[in-house]
Amino acid sequence: MAYDYESRIRPGKLPHIWCPGCGHGIVMKGLIRAMDTLSLKKEETAIVSGIGCASRLPGYMDCCTLHTAHGRAAAFATGVKLARPEMNVILVGGDGDGTAIGGNHFIHACRRNIDMTYIIMNNYIYGMTGGQFSPATPTGHKASTTPYGNPDPAFDIVKLAIGAGATFVARGTAYHANQIDKLIAEAIQHKGFSVVEILDDCPTTYGRRNKYKSVVEMMNRLKDVAVPVKAAEKMSAEQLEGKILTGVLHKVERPEYCDEYAKVIERAGGNK
Amino acid sequence: MSEEKKLPRIEIIEKYCKGCYICVEFCPKKVLEMKGFVVSVKDLGACIKCMQCELRCPDFAIKVHAE
Ligand SMILES: Cc1ncc(C[n+]2csc(CCOP(=O)(O)OP(=O)(O)O)c2C)c(N)n1
Ligand code: SF4
Ligand code: SF4
Ligand code: SF4
Ligand SMILES: [Mg+2]
Repeated sequence: MAYDYESRIRPGKLPHIWCPGCGHGIVMKGLIRAMDTLSLKKEETAIVSGIGCASRLPGYMDCCTLHTAHGRAAAFATGVKLARPEMNVILVGGDGDGTAIGGNHFIHACRRNIDMTYIIMNNYIYGMTGGQFSPATPTGHKASTTPYGNPDPAFDIVKLAIGAGATFVARGTAYHANQIDKLIAEAIQHKGFSVVEILDDCPTTYGRRNKYKSVVEMMNRLKDVAVPVKAAEKMSAEQLEGKILTGVLHKVERPEYCDEYAKVIERAGGNK
Repeated sequence: MSEEKKLPRIEIIEKYCKGCYICVEFCPKKVLEMKGFVVSVKDLGACIKCMQCELRCPDFAIKVHAE
């Protein structure tokens, strides 16, 4: 049966504004399937974003949505979650939004371990504003602001999230579309701050500058570079050279922020 | 002919399709082709209903209706 995506999309919102072959649409479909898997009700689900092409996603979704300020999705989402802890709060955005201007909010949301899920669409670039380099742009790669090659090393977003204290961290790719919904669903079910990085493509501002002839070439690169974490266990360091691990990469239990905050309210006599 | 293969119906929503080639390239049976800026079905009989095209289309533009 053809999949019914439309029932979770606001009427009249398609076609979306993303460029031909932009992976953000593939991620949105994965999110919709994950919401269906978990039977999330639209009244009980809030999708919160910052600014960027990736951050346009909530505008298409038929549920509670907030399109906020650049890099500030985590701050607004924290407010939503604290006010309504029973809601499913999902943050979405790009690598620029989440790790440059929003890097501070990102690491502290991880540290707090507040029960929300953050889907970060990493296309290695500031797509919306014309291809400036982001903290995720690989060394040597070209952006409009690094025409001779980027001198900076890139953040490994997974390691950043783990280091900052996120209790569930996973990575997928836009090519491996059938895995996206499973990673997101598992992240939403996890109690605590969960991060799902999806390696994505921006053919318009990144692909062209970095000698990708087509969207298909960018997809093939994602296909080749990704190694499921289980398969990696049987591979040598040599075989793993230049590869990127995918799947659930980190999962631990730790006290969750809303629960801990409720205890503070209790201690302060706030419920009397 | 005894072969009773039930063919799927492949729906292409032309006003959504942006001609990115993802479905054409990653269809394992080369069922699809590009006609101008929009995808179209070249060889429906070869379709194995794997849904790969529908799964990967970033634009919600292709649907495979099969029982
Ligand atoms: C305070 C502020 N600074 C800068 C901008 C300009 N701006 C808009 S989107 C963006 C980067 C988006 O990149 P990313 O989050 O990676 O999303 P993408 O477009 O690549 O999906 C920037 C710098 C802004 N909107 N607000
Ligand atoms: S500019 Fe890049 S990120 Fe933005 S919609 Fe186009 S392909 Fe996607
Ligand atoms: S369902 Fe599979 S075989 Fe059929 S057109 Fe789509 S990708 Fe090709
Ligand atoms: S993947 Fe979707 S948008 Fe791209 S060519 Fe196929 S139907 Fe059109
Ligand atoms: Mg980006």
